[in-house]
Amino acid sequence: MPRWLALLDGPQTLGRGPAFWSVFGVIAVATALLPTFVNAFAITNLTYFLVWVFMALGLSLIWGYSGILSFGQTAFFGLAGYAYGVISINLGDAGLWTWFALLVSLILPIVLAVVLGYFMFYGGVRDVFVGIVTLSITLVFETFMAQTAGPEWTIGSARLNGFNGMSNMPPLTFPWGESPIIFDGPAFFWLVLALVVVVYLGLRILVNSRFGNVLVAIRENPDRAEMLGYNVRLYQLLVFVIGSVLAGMSGVLYTLWGSYITPSSMGLTAAALPIIWVAAGGRKDLTATLLATVLLTWLSQQLAVKGNQYALIWMGAILLVVVLFAPEGLFVTLWKKLRGRKRTRQATAPKAVSSPSA
Amino acid sequence: MSFLVQAYAFFYQFADSFAFLVLCGLGLAIIFGMMGVINLAHGEFIMCGAYVTVLSARAGLPLPFAMLCGTLAAGLVGLILEFLIIRRLYHRLFDSIVATWALSLIATQGMLIVAGPSIEGLKTPFGSFELGDYSFSVYRALLPLVALLLLGALYWLFVRTRFGIYSRATIQDADMARALGANTSRIYSQTFALGAALAGLTGALYAPTMTAVPTMGQAFIVQSFVSVVVSGADVMLGLAPAAAVLAFIQSLLTKSYGQLIGQIGLLLTVIVVVRVLPKGISGWFLQRSGGR
Repeated sequence: MPRWLALLDGPQTLGRGPAFWSVFGVIAVATALLPTFVNAFAITNLTYFLVWVFMALGLSLIWGYSGILSFGQTAFFGLAGYAYGVISINLGDAGLWTWFALLVSLILPIVLAVVLGYFMFYGGVRDVFVGIVTLSITLVFETFMAQTAGPEWTIGSARLNGFNGMSNMPPLTFPWGESPIIFDGPAFFWLVLALVVVVYLGLRILVNSRFGNVLVAIRENPDRAEMLGYNVRLYQLLVFVIGSVLAGMSGVLYTLWGSYITPSSMGLTAAALPIIWVAAGGRKDLTATLLATVLLTWLSQQLAVKGNQYALIWMGAILLVVVLFAPEGLFVTLWKKLRGRKRTRQATAPKAVSSPSA
Repeated sequence: MSFLVQAYAFFYQFADSFAFLVLCGLGLAIIFGMMGVINLAHGEFIMCGAYVTVLSARAGLPLPFAMLCGTLAAGLVGLILEFLIIRRLYHRLFDSIVATWALSLIATQGMLIVAGPSIEGLKTPFGSFELGDYSFSVYRALLPLVALLLLGALYWLFVRTRFGIYSRATIQDADMARALGANTSRIYSQTFALGAALAGLTGALYAPTMTAVPTMGQAFIVQSFVSVVVSGADVMLGLAPAAAVLAFIQSLLTKSYGQLIGQIGLLLTVIVVVRVLPKGISGWFLQRSGGR
């Protein structure tokens, strides 16, 4: 097995060994087969839950693994979403232009993250002030887009449309002879699912690599990491860029999913949601974040669809309970409880050293 | 003459946004500066103050007493929440952000369920006066004075009273204060209640000027953070100059480009201040005077 593949398991991620990966494989395959069993509406819903996973995983990397609380990941989400809207409406869905729009929409968050990250980390902005700067940025974007209602706010043939947001952008289209492949319905679902799997596995490798270990060292004590010779600011900048491009990916996919994007996707409430998912699941673990994001978006949608006005109260209550009674996050605490019990039972038995496998 | 009227109109706008920034910031700044807790439910304490004021005024109480009710109600809620939740989250900055945000979600949505999307407002007292082509609200023209009076009262509270001395000792060195006999946990809960009550007072003061809606906290929270960040941890020293600078920027931009651009200007100012003066205006003052 190549060395980089062995990094799928390591000290920075929960879950390892054949048992974990078998369950992972079964869940992934079962999810991929879902379109043959359930109706189109359910698939559309499921895609919606998965769309948010990227932003959450990015935040887990930035906040949970590196100790930087960014309160404004939605700025990158909105930037990428609007970028896709403007570019794809102008260029249309002929040829590979939608993919070009996708690519540019992912490059823009990188540029913003580099500029903003350089400004913050190389400028000595620390701790809670990073949260304040990033939150300010996303609120600036929201306020700016909200005042673009007038007809003078048009880029090419795309109207920004103020508070109501943009809509009617074309789906991803791949030219294939007579009938181009259009990524909607199950095809879009498979695309998003594949991206989730790739990003999740990629991040596992990243956090268990040397890079990830340094991130955790910086989280635990930035001064000590600096004394040991690590370029703390560079690591923070890099991790911020990675997290932000993931937020941008969520933004583009969200725009594609509903074919619309509004300024409120960058507002205060929207900015707080990823923090809830990540904190509730367990910010220091990717798997917990992934599970919590899907579960909580599903839960809030269930509550909202049934006309239940208690949705937000439930969300708030869950968060409160988690912070007070399971500060490491729900899934991480549960996992440790279960493992702890298993370990005490096996404490007397000699322990076999198993090699990590994927 | 018309120039003077124009100048007064600008000054009125400036003083109005100065008052708003000071009043919004007070409660948040005290809780943040003294306890290091970032209270994201600050806006909901303001909402609580406004609702109680409106409801008790409509129940027949004279307006000043209704405002007192609003202030006390928010303070009481603050005291209870401190006891139940905030107490467990000292020295856990991130967790306190998440928890107070959860509280704000619950409060906003809870108020929507209990009281509906909006309640009938109050009439702004004192009427208005006219200068040239403009008409100004007397009540809003008085609010800046109230803001200055409150700052003065807080200065007196923290410098002249026993509570003030104990609480300042607690901020400077909690362990030493405890060793010298100060009941620091009681001081923390009193401080939190005071911050909540000040938020309630802000809501009470603005209740006659706006419609009370469950989401009104969000209209306040951003301004509150802006003024606290620019002010820095020492409220007495930083809040008034910070609010003055911010109010000037905001009223200038609002006058020339509209309200939303004014809002954007505030947020951009915050970003610049965080970068240039991370400890805010008060930190800069203290550094220059060679203290701390």
